[in-house]
Amino acid sequence: MPSALKISGLKKTYKGGFQALKGIDLTVKQGDFFALLGPNGAGKSTTIGIITSLVNKTAGEVAVFGHDIDQELETAKSFIGLVPQEFNFNQFESLMKILVNQAGYYGVERPLAIKRAEKYLKQLDLWDKRNDAARMLSGGMKRRLMIARALMHEPKMLILDEPTAGVDIELRRSMWNFLRELNKQGITIILTTHYLEEAEMLCRNIAIIDSGIIVENTDMKSLLAKLDIETFIFDLKPNSAPTALADLSSRVIDDHTLEVDVKKSQTINSVFTELNKQGIDVLSMRNKSNRLEELFVSLVGSGQAPTDSAVKE
Amino acid sequence: MASSRNIIALKSILHKEVHRFMRIWVQTLVPPAITISLYFVIFGSLIGSRIGEMGGFDYMSFIVPGLIMMSVITNSYSNVASSFFSAKWQRNVEEMLVAPVPNWVIVAGYVGGGMARGILVGSIVTLVSMFFVDIQIHNIWVIITTVALTSATFALGGLINAIFAGSFDDISIIPTFVLTPLTYLGGVFYSISLLPEFWQGVSQINPIVYMVNAFRYGFLGISDVSLVLSFSVLGVFIVSLYTIAMVLITKGIGLRS
Repeated sequence: MPSALKISGLKKTYKGGFQALKGIDLTVKQGDFFALLGPNGAGKSTTIGIITSLVNKTAGEVAVFGHDIDQELETAKSFIGLVPQEFNFNQFESLMKILVNQAGYYGVERPLAIKRAEKYLKQLDLWDKRNDAARMLSGGMKRRLMIARALMHEPKMLILDEPTAGVDIELRRSMWNFLRELNKQGITIILTTHYLEEAEMLCRNIAIIDSGIIVENTDMKSLLAKLDIETFIFDLKPNSAPTALADLSSRVIDDHTLEVDVKKSQTINSVFTELNKQGIDVLSMRNKSNRLEELFVSLVGSGQAPTDSAVKE
Repeated sequence: MASSRNIIALKSILHKEVHRFMRIWVQTLVPPAITISLYFVIFGSLIGSRIGEMGGFDYMSFIVPGLIMMSVITNSYSNVASSFFSAKWQRNVEEMLVAPVPNWVIVAGYVGGGMARGILVGSIVTLVSMFFVDIQIHNIWVIITTVALTSATFALGGLINAIFAGSFDDISIIPTFVLTPLTYLGGVFYSISLLPEFWQGVSQINPIVYMVNAFRYGFLGISDVSLVLSFSVLGVFIVSLYTIAMVLITKGIGLRS
């Protein structure tokens, strides 16, 4: 069974000499929910642009479900649904026309396209707006319109470039559920996002790209297992901050907040034991930051050398 | 499979393009009718009556084919130039670029849209002209062939203009500084046989001369140039402009990074 996406030695140098991709290798299995993460300007959108033929590559190979984009571009394209980062629909067209026309570009007959448009507009809560011009929609509605548009030809692989940017939490969660449902139906999903919680909750496999190089490419569980230290914040009863915690790295933030670094070899029980010894009551506790976020910062912030999976220049 | 997919894609682009100019009919269909009415009143009735005959016909009858052709040229060109540039500017051209739509389908769809508007506006202008002059038809097939080839030529020109354009100003430069002078000097209002020999020679390099004269031949049966030469020039232009448009889109000039 061919991979949903196989990228080998992909390079891109823009006019002016900026090298956006320095030779990346990436494989996404069929049915995967895959996160492609990286800071701004890391090369995520360039990679997606090349896969979807919006950007011309400088070197390397890309195959979609076994179809090389240099040899069988149209077949490769027919498998992909793209939700781009920027709104790129005709702002003056109605939602219905945008969707039906898009289906037509993939060879979907008009009557079937109208049925599918109705299905996805209803699923994404846009049915009441079907005859409105797209410019009249809110930001969240525009994002959902782009998801509906990407699904009109029923692609085998959906690529979403920051689909929840600027979307409120409630809507973001409903979009997560929608994407999970699509993935359950067998659609391979590739997601880029700046919300690392989103990637951690949705994706099974992950690649982190920085400065045009893949610095990490593994499954989410293995990646999270690499986290040596987790930082917890304890909310304490006021005026009860401890003096120090034995064998633990801790910081007193104020008279009712304590930050504790817990190593993988340690347990949270040990923190409570120490706090109990000092007669301090804990009101609540939470992670200081998302676990993936901590790893992400350590990987792209420290300038870590590429792992085995990354391409050496 | 691929061919039926391409036909549906072509129909979708055509549908989108026709719907676009029909949706804004006040901007696209009404102005040519008003402009042409003014031409008829000023050049036909007021000035034309003092000019007398040209090419054996009264002046109003002589200029009708040229005026129709002028509206076909400008509308075919501007429809594709503004629509394709707008699609680039709003980035909805990406809807087609990411889809399995062959480049020739994109070119044919936009050119078809431009031809549809050019021919529709040409028909409106023809109807308006019937209020001012009795239209006669010498050869309907020459009329149909000429208007189809001319609208295709200028629709292709508009597409190439839009591909290169980086701003809305760029899609008005060619119509203002190239198309309008060529049209006015293309024998719309006069027979080039009236010009001194040198300027007659210069006019031979203006492609619009051949289009206007072939079209006039269809209506009145008179032409300053041979019909075969006119169709040959149109053929060469269509093949050349189509080739250029295909190369540009295939290379992704102005479309892909």
